[in-house]
Amino acid sequence: MATTTVHSGPTELATKLDMYRSQVALRQFETRAYDLFLENLVKGTSHLSLGQEAIAAGFATAMKKDDWTFATYRGHAHTLARGVPMTPVLAELLGRSNGLMAGKGGSMHLTSVEHGVMGSYAIIGAHLPIACGAAWSAQYRGTDQVAVCFFGDGSTNIGSFHEALNFAAVWKLPVIFVCENNLWMEYTRTTEVTSVVHPAADRAVAYGLERIVVDGNDADAVYDVASTALARARAGEGPSMIEAMTYRHGGHSRADPGKYRPDEEVAEWFAKDPIPRYRARLLDEGASEEQLVAIEADVAAEVEVATEEAKAGGIPGEDLLMKDVWADGGSSWRN
Amino acid sequence: MAQLTFREAIARGIAQEMRRDESVVLLGEDIGAAGGVFKGTVGLLDEFGGVRVRDTPISEQAIVGAAMGAAMTGLRPIAEIMFSDFFAVCWDIVANEIAKSRYMTNGQMSFPLVIRSGNGGGLRFGAQHSQSVENWAMMIPGLKVVVPSNALDVIGLMAASIRDDDPVVFLEAKVLYSSKMDVPDGEIVDTLGSAKVLRTGSDATLVALGAMVPKALDAAQELAASGIDCTVVDVRSLVPLDTSTILREVGATGRMFTVEENPRLCGWGGELSSIVSEEIFYDLDGPIVRITTPHIPLPAADALEDMAIPSVERIVTTVTKSMNA
Ligand SMILES: Cc1ncc(C[n+]2csc(CCOP(=O)(O)OP(=O)(O)O)c2C)c(N)n1
Ligand SMILES: [Mg+2]
Repeated sequence: MATTTVHSGPTELATKLDMYRSQVALRQFETRAYDLFLENLVKGTSHLSLGQEAIAAGFATAMKKDDWTFATYRGHAHTLARGVPMTPVLAELLGRSNGLMAGKGGSMHLTSVEHGVMGSYAIIGAHLPIACGAAWSAQYRGTDQVAVCFFGDGSTNIGSFHEALNFAAVWKLPVIFVCENNLWMEYTRTTEVTSVVHPAADRAVAYGLERIVVDGNDADAVYDVASTALARARAGEGPSMIEAMTYRHGGHSRADPGKYRPDEEVAEWFAKDPIPRYRARLLDEGASEEQLVAIEADVAAEVEVATEEAKAGGIPGEDLLMKDVWADGGSSWRN
Repeated sequence: MAQLTFREAIARGIAQEMRRDESVVLLGEDIGAAGGVFKGTVGLLDEFGGVRVRDTPISEQAIVGAAMGAAMTGLRPIAEIMFSDFFAVCWDIVANEIAKSRYMTNGQMSFPLVIRSGNGGGLRFGAQHSQSVENWAMMIPGLKVVVPSNALDVIGLMAASIRDDDPVVFLEAKVLYSSKMDVPDGEIVDTLGSAKVLRTGSDATLVALGAMVPKALDAAQELAASGIDCTVVDVRSLVPLDTSTILREVGATGRMFTVEENPRLCGWGGELSSIVSEEIFYDLDGPIVRITTPHIPLPAADALEDMAIPSVERIVTTVTKSMNA
């Protein structure tokens, strides 16, 4: 890792416990999503964040309520971390009418404007310029909102990434680009097809931004770099690029066993699993075993309830099909 | 009353809306001090300042992406894509992101934005700066598509597009930029989805769009001299489409000729032909005929380009031949 800074994370233990709870919730939710996929209840595709939870939790904890998140198709974690309840997210995966978008978006497009989750985008790189636009709007209206845009290492090689970085830097926009570098695209190692070792951080320098690489499996470290970047953005100092090193525990998407990855690499990263690491640290820093067990049990109960509620959700009706193409609520293109 | 060019009408329509609504902002390449390569934004930087009128890098994805992000968070951006051919480099954001996101999010998001662009041929710019791309935009669910044919309509339809809560692709026929017209003073606001009947005749109905409208009018005049009396309908907006006016006017004469600048395949006239034959087939007295640019990339040489794009002469001969068949 390029940086040796010691990260202490949030000052309050209570905040750290919240951040632990968030990571545990993301872990248990994704595990349940996977199980429901095996039961053939999750249709279509889905991309889990198992192993990458510290990034979503660290950022969401550092962000203000009215900041904006822009996520990718690997967006369950970022959606939940901003406070969206589990039931509508799970129901959306199941294609039910009580889903977050009543089944019209699916796993790859989770959106909750109410929670500042401004969409999950499934075309690689598309949302970087869109996040710039939201940041422009905050700048223009003089609010102190910040747009935080998450994407993968593979997404650094598409044109819109480069357009967005230059644009954000030139306009000094309050936007934070966060590369979740899990080393792999779908089935190809990103360094095999990329001209630099750190695909986001090394490129950031070319756009006049600081080179920031952080341990993405350490929620405190993520929280700290997020806080610094958010403060910069709010102070009008412009965009930041953060490359957070992490690893996905499973395959790229639901059907992928991830067999192309060397066993030693997988073992190395499982040893760096962010959740046991954070748990041990909390115990060191004064949390009690009972507190942590209670959090874990509480989350488990929440996942059970969400599962039951999602499964009990209705099948979306035909009335939804032709709704909301246009602002008038309909889909008519002629008179 | 003032005489305005089509390009001046663009700036006037935008300025009218910027004065009444602070959330209207502009972005694009060379639109500020330079006033746009086609001079559609002249004077706007001076009146509204650099915070509302912003030059961008040559980054079409960033331009329309930023417009989208700004629109979803409360602004009413107007983005300029210099030549409509360049939509091809940012079409993902237009077709996959802007157009689909309201639907995908179950109505959580709104995209009140306008993307203006210089469209079509006639300036001898060659294949990459001349295509009429209205059919690209028309086929995407979630996009409105507006194509004015004169300065007065530019102002009113621009105002309506800016006020509309849906994304509008606003295509400006480059060949019309210098056309002039008397325009009344004061606020002008039109409605999207209303075709205009510009001339009424009893024998045939010419349905035209954008730069083809003045040609259809000239052709109608020549045809009248030879005894073929034509109605001319200016479609003005492809989405929403004013089918009721078009069906009424085609039904009244019993013949429809579309005049389209887009290359032949999947042009808007194809869709219109299908609607007319499904809904008023028994009111037709003869075949529907489409007069279009052939299915080719546009050539640069003036002689060749003139052969490709429907001309007054081609309209006259095609209509005459078909009416006398
Ligand atoms: C424009 C585009 N090209 C290709 C794809 C197919 N695709 C989906 S995810 C993916 C890999 C992305 O890798 P990365 O950016 O590292 O994100 P990760 O999935 O690892 O989080 C690819 C190639 C796509 N969705 N969009
Ligand atoms: Mg990756």
